[in-house]
Amino acid sequence: MPGRRFVISLPYLWLTLFFALPFLILFYISFVDIGEDLAPFKPLWDAQGVLHLKYENYWSIFKSPGGGVLFDTLYVEAYGRSIAYAFVTAFLCLLIGYPFAYFLARSPERYRPALLLLVMLPFWTSFLLRIYAWKGLLSDFGIINQTMMALGLIDEPIYMLYTDISMLVGMTYVYLPFMVLPLYANLVKLDVRLLEAAYDLGASPLRAFWLVTVPLSRRGIAAGCVLVFVPAVGEFVIPSLLGGPENIMIGRVVWDEMFSSNNWPRATALAVIMIAVIVLPLALFSKLAPSTQDSVRP
Amino acid sequence: MNTTAPLPPFLATQKLTKQFDDAKAVDEVSLSIQRGEIFALLGSSGCGKSTLLRMLAGFESPTSGRIILDGQDVSGRPPYERPVNMMFQSYALFPHLNVWDNVAFGLRREGLAKSDIQARVSEMLQLVQLHDFAKRKPHQLSGGQQQRVALARSLAKRPQLLLLDEPLGALDKKLREQTQFELVNIIESVGVTCVMVTHDQEEAMSMADRIAVMSKGQVLQVGTPQEIYEFPNCRFVADFIGNVNLFEGVLCEDEVDHCAIDSPLGRLEVGHGVTGTLNMPVALAVRPEKMRVSKVRPDVSHNLMQGVVQEIAYLGAHNNYIIKAANGQLVKAMQANTSRHNDTPITWDDEVYFWWYDDAGVVLRS
Repeated sequence: MPGRRFVISLPYLWLTLFFALPFLILFYISFVDIGEDLAPFKPLWDAQGVLHLKYENYWSIFKSPGGGVLFDTLYVEAYGRSIAYAFVTAFLCLLIGYPFAYFLARSPERYRPALLLLVMLPFWTSFLLRIYAWKGLLSDFGIINQTMMALGLIDEPIYMLYTDISMLVGMTYVYLPFMVLPLYANLVKLDVRLLEAAYDLGASPLRAFWLVTVPLSRRGIAAGCVLVFVPAVGEFVIPSLLGGPENIMIGRVVWDEMFSSNNWPRATALAVIMIAVIVLPLALFSKLAPSTQDSVRP
Repeated sequence: MNTTAPLPPFLATQKLTKQFDDAKAVDEVSLSIQRGEIFALLGSSGCGKSTLLRMLAGFESPTSGRIILDGQDVSGRPPYERPVNMMFQSYALFPHLNVWDNVAFGLRREGLAKSDIQARVSEMLQLVQLHDFAKRKPHQLSGGQQQRVALARSLAKRPQLLLLDEPLGALDKKLREQTQFELVNIIESVGVTCVMVTHDQEEAMSMADRIAVMSKGQVLQVGTPQEIYEFPNCRFVADFIGNVNLFEGVLCEDEVDHCAIDSPLGRLEVGHGVTGTLNMPVALAVRPEKMRVSKVRPDVSHNLMQGVVQEIAYLGAHNNYIIKAANGQLVKAMQANTSRHNDTPITWDDEVYFWWYDDAGVVLRS
């Protein structure tokens, strides 16, 4: 049926134009040399049609040119830091988001639409404004410090802004809905009778939660973690606004290479490696994850 | 006269009540269940049987009243502190665990030694004949197999009370008949006291030692299947179990061993006495299989009427007739096909005689 083919081809076309093609362009640029004058990069083939692949773009990321230990570059450091922070963010989102989603899923049905709206409400305001709001809260003259001093709890303001903590707070805050919503979608399908069966067989509510609810919400936890971890690795704005100068993450590094150093080839090489570092484990993970059915209908 | 004191019931509910907002789902139900018996709560949906079962399990807390199990008041205890196990209608098998782990779940909560758990789970799986499927997950089993796992799981902890929630509800008819007997055999071989809930009278009649017929939160009658069927105590019970013909009338004669009813269809003679007052409204219940039908006038002196055959259903093992009586009432009659040849076949619109013997009917006062 020609109509059917056409409709199916549309998403493929979209993905090709706006996903595959840009990636291929990035990939291309990562192999060329820095351009002369104002051009950001040289073409891959020169006037005679000879191919010039500059592998050094990739190599220099892992080893400083002119000596130095392998993997001891600021780039590798930035990668490691980004992954670590993204990991911690995912963990914090899980810690806060799981009770949140659980409470949401078990609340009476008439309250759920309103509660879900509250979760998604932050998306209605500007992302940048929300980050600035955190600056206002956490700075030395911010609301938190002022309130605590007014109450006499502290004498001097606590230095919170531009640290690890402030950055993680900002990251967790922004990414929390991405953890809550997939978890909620999973938990809301949980058959309450399974918990009753667990109680009937002698499990206290706590044990039943650990032995039945948590294993069955594995998929939701995985989905939430992925939705938080992947974008968090490349996060640029929050570290810039809330993080300190020692918290340079890979997103910032790519930006600097691209716009400050005008070194498009190296910037794109960094981006390609970042994609590989995130996508490859994910692809393996989804292949290895066993499929279970969430409920059994007699 | 019974001179020995009756055994105290193994399970007793004392005026058990559950109130939801403005409706009483269970209304002051007091039952006595003996050790080792299979007791059925029978009624249509909304009668309160499921709520009563859930209170026995501990999933609902009673509004008032008590539950006494083997001398102990368990009314306030949560389900994980009761020696009671339930087999759910939907089986509620843990989808992330295999058969073995499902059955072992309850035992692991008790903190038994590993070898003990192993032995017990093995024993249970042998009982339900699923030992070869121990490593399978629930979604890899058929409906009947899932049920057997659910049964094994509920018996694994050797509970004092086993609760069955519509045990045969999810099975198709053929499997149901087979499973009925298997289930009863297993339960009786284990010797556990069992309370089951069902809306299917056949299930209750074939599986239970005694039945409690429920309606609107109250128990109408408790008795063995035969007692309930042959001696119903009210119109509802008579009509709920099987089919019945109800002849309305007033009591016109009442002696110790017989009585009579004045009805639109004439004087009905009954072979048992009724403690009642003359002229009180009563109904005579006669089961269709006790209703005789013939085209030839039989040699009986009373309870004999004439009518026209409206409907016939040939069901192989028996015929069902619906006969229109003189006053327009539709009377149901059932005859077994005891011979392969039908000598005087009855067909639609035939004028027939229908009658029943004195002891075939039960007088109902409510």
